[in-house]
Amino acid sequence: MQLAHTPVLTSKVYDVADFAAVQEFYHSNGWTDGLPVVPPTEAAVEACLGWVGMPPDQLLGVEPVRQQPITAEKLAINAVMAGCLPMHFPVVVTAWQAMLKEEFLLHGVTSSTGGCAVLIVINGPIRHEIGVNPTFNALGNSDRATSVIGRAIRLALINLLDVRPGGIDRSTLGHPGKFSYCLAEDEEDTVWQPLSVQRGAPAGASAVTVMAALGPRQVMNEWTRDPKEILETFAAEMRANQLHYSIYGGNYAIIIPKQLREHIQAAGWTKRHIAEFLFERARVRRGEWASVGKGEIVRDRAAKVHAALDSPEHLLVVAAGGPAGGFGAVIPPWMGSRTKAVTAVIGACVDCEAPQA
Amino acid sequence: MTLRVLDPTSESRPVAGQLAQRLSSLAGKTVGFISNGKEGTKAYFTHLDRLLREELGVAQVVWRTKSNYSAPADRSIVDELKQWQAVVAGVGD
Repeated sequence: MQLAHTPVLTSKVYDVADFAAVQEFYHSNGWTDGLPVVPPTEAAVEACLGWVGMPPDQLLGVEPVRQQPITAEKLAINAVMAGCLPMHFPVVVTAWQAMLKEEFLLHGVTSSTGGCAVLIVINGPIRHEIGVNPTFNALGNSDRATSVIGRAIRLALINLLDVRPGGIDRSTLGHPGKFSYCLAEDEEDTVWQPLSVQRGAPAGASAVTVMAALGPRQVMNEWTRDPKEILETFAAEMRANQLHYSIYGGNYAIIIPKQLREHIQAAGWTKRHIAEFLFERARVRRGEWASVGKGEIVRDRAAKVHAALDSPEHLLVVAAGGPAGGFGAVIPPWMGSRTKAVTAVIGACVDCEAPQA
Repeated sequence: MTLRVLDPTSESRPVAGQLAQRLSSLAGKTVGFISNGKEGTKAYFTHLDRLLREELGVAQVVWRTKSNYSAPADRSIVDELKQWQAVVAGVGD
């Protein structure tokens, strides 16, 4: 889309000697994640804005706790720094719009000692446009698009909301996903509904789901074709997380690779069946805390049962991963249900009212 | 070659809250505690409660706990704190 007028950028401009000087200047100001950045020139930022058809001062949302407005211009600067091309920018914009929803609890998510990162899952046709790879190394450096999109989220948190270690970011440990934590779903190699559609997005639309997530816990089961046995391994990992980290229910994501998907799909199981099975199986008694050194907080409630999922809808099932290997992942929530995963459609107005029938 | 690059920060600050006028003494005053509900707040506020009453003559200490330790204080607490003369908000981690 072409803008009807020439965009006027209002950010402060710096004349810096060369590429190396840009690195030192940005790093010394605390504007990076420690890795080199792409110099955000006016031309590069205007190209991002032009791609999404937004003027520089377009308000994408306001961070609810600190009342900090997020504009398209400032987000584009950070996206360019992260290595984004203009075609990546719509995903970054939509992810931020989702993160700014009240239920995501962005301030708590980014400031907590719990140290989670924002997991981004991309669905829909935009995956092909930007060249994602949802197969080999899906949770790692699988492709350029997911690497730079995930990084743009973090750089913008650092620069627009002061989410720097020791500043707003009070994480005790954090995890490597705080550099970049983004993957796409392998919709073409599964019979299952895309995650975004399961969460209410129209079929065929491009969408982004954001979740406040801990690091992935990898599981392995290559010795059965029974869906229940395969999923029992995932349930055990969720139970372990409940005991070792947080017992409270919230959004969990699970990543199921092709080798395991084929067994589960062959048995006729849908994502809904998976969610209902794990809703029942991922539960612990509070008294089990005593077996992992947390007997002090069991108190008089040893028999109380805690479910990892408050309901089956709280499970995010994602089809992704390389073609071989019975390796899956459980991605736990930051802290129970205090934050909710949010799905937003790319190109849609997130605050518009639904049209009247 | 000189590069013209842009400032990536927000360059704007939300309007900060204003600090209330400082009290010359806590004697006879009502002090509110807003706890985030974490375990560590209990011992801290218990100790502070005793210090305020016994050593500084505070008349009343009101304890309130946020419903979500990662979110701002509940509206009901914010409304109630107008009746207090001083507030202590502890992190407790």
